[in-house]
Amino acid sequence: MAEQFPCGKTAIVGLATHGIGEVPGFSSMELAAGAGLKAVADAGLALADIDALFICLPDDLFAGMAFAEYLGLKPRFTDNNRTGGSAFMSHMATAAMMLDAGSIDAALVAYGSNQRSGGGKLSTPAKSNAWEAPYRPLFPLSSYALAAARHCHQFGTTREQLAEIAVAARLWANGNPEAFAKGALSIADCLASRIVSSPLSVRDCCLVTDGAAAIVMTRADRARDLPQPAVPVLGAAAATWWTAISQAPDLTETAARESGARAFAMAGLAPADIDVVQLYDAFTINTLLFLEDLGFCPKGEGGRFVENGGIAPGGHLPVNTNGGGLSCCHPGMYGLMAIVEAARQVRGSAANQIPDVQFALAHGSGGTLSSQATVILGNR
Amino acid sequence: MGPEAHWRAALADGSFLLQRGRQSGRAFFPPRIAEPGTGDETEWFEACGEGTVYSVTIIGQKPPAVPYAVVLVELAEGPRLMSRVEGVAPEAIAIGMAVKARIIREGDAPLLVFDPA
Repeated sequence: MAEQFPCGKTAIVGLATHGIGEVPGFSSMELAAGAGLKAVADAGLALADIDALFICLPDDLFAGMAFAEYLGLKPRFTDNNRTGGSAFMSHMATAAMMLDAGSIDAALVAYGSNQRSGGGKLSTPAKSNAWEAPYRPLFPLSSYALAAARHCHQFGTTREQLAEIAVAARLWANGNPEAFAKGALSIADCLASRIVSSPLSVRDCCLVTDGAAAIVMTRADRARDLPQPAVPVLGAAAATWWTAISQAPDLTETAARESGARAFAMAGLAPADIDVVQLYDAFTINTLLFLEDLGFCPKGEGGRFVENGGIAPGGHLPVNTNGGGLSCCHPGMYGLMAIVEAARQVRGSAANQIPDVQFALAHGSGGTLSSQATVILGNR
Repeated sequence: MGPEAHWRAALADGSFLLQRGRQSGRAFFPPRIAEPGTGDETEWFEACGEGTVYSVTIIGQKPPAVPYAVVLVELAEGPRLMSRVEGVAPEAIAIGMAVKARIIREGDAPLLVFDPA
């Protein structure tokens, strides 16, 4: 049986980012709740309208219950999916199907983290497993470095090409008032930066910031009566292939190949139809792998695809137009920030608005390239 | 005793074990109660200890600490695992390099490492 998805039957009707960058003195829950309130208000709804909650917080494994209590929600369905940065795309898949089935009427998806003010390090309950930890890899960085080293070996990808991705993210961030890291950044700067876990340097790594985001989803028929332009959800698919990088059958290919193909099939679209792309760029190699796995270029061609400003402002494909995790913000599980930027591009309200966006893609990654989920938004 | 404890006990006795599916003969690691993907019964066998470096990363540290390498080794039997290569400078470890397993003690526990073959 062909995979069923209610293409275009549900929509993002409210969205918000909140506390992006550095906001000392707030808990992760306070930031997530702040984003949630803004998104509900943006949707023109009241808290009492929200009857389903989808959430994943970095420091609270049972955030579904804690968040509901905090805002006084009484969700009839609570999803605490914790597949890292891909969780939020999975949340959207479940929400779309439950909305379409009439099980729920209004879903709130929320995330928040105070990891910069709260400690200054990536906040995650994940760590190396017992088979890897004795060898002291940096978690999760060395897992991505091992994938990057393999990509360089197999396809001749260079540190200069990885640096192109960091520079493109910075150029987009420079046009986004909300972005945390701004200023000049050259390929030479990236190449001169300290190697953390070869071939990845400091500039190949995402930021550590505070930040929160939220979206509200309803059925498309109800969305028409709400104040903001609805952003229809055309496809949402998730795929999990492993958790530890040592278990990846091919370090240069992720489950994005599967999640992307399925999301495109749901939407009835192909990569060439997508006007703007948001990819979870925890490290530069992510952007490269996902561009290939999602079909924007052939496997092994990612390095050449991003060369000469290919994904920077003015390039042939706008990627991570908010500045991404590399230069806009990275409050831990960044996936929901990618979704919000994709939805803003479809609405026409992004800081670096791409003209005439019809279709946008947001892709999330969790673990060590382990869990992948893809969402396609747009107006048919 | 579960398969993980069995594997660790064997390592402590100087044996590097692997499992394979009884039906498929396909080797896998780390140890499990069933063959991944099929759920079939498994059997133990001793690994030959030979492998090649599949990927390598060098982790930079602030002096006086020195950089060290973490590798993924592809075993001759097929499975991959994370480890380190001893007796060679980190920069000299290359993808494709032939390596041979050795069991050492680190702290209170046995540990699998590799040497250039």
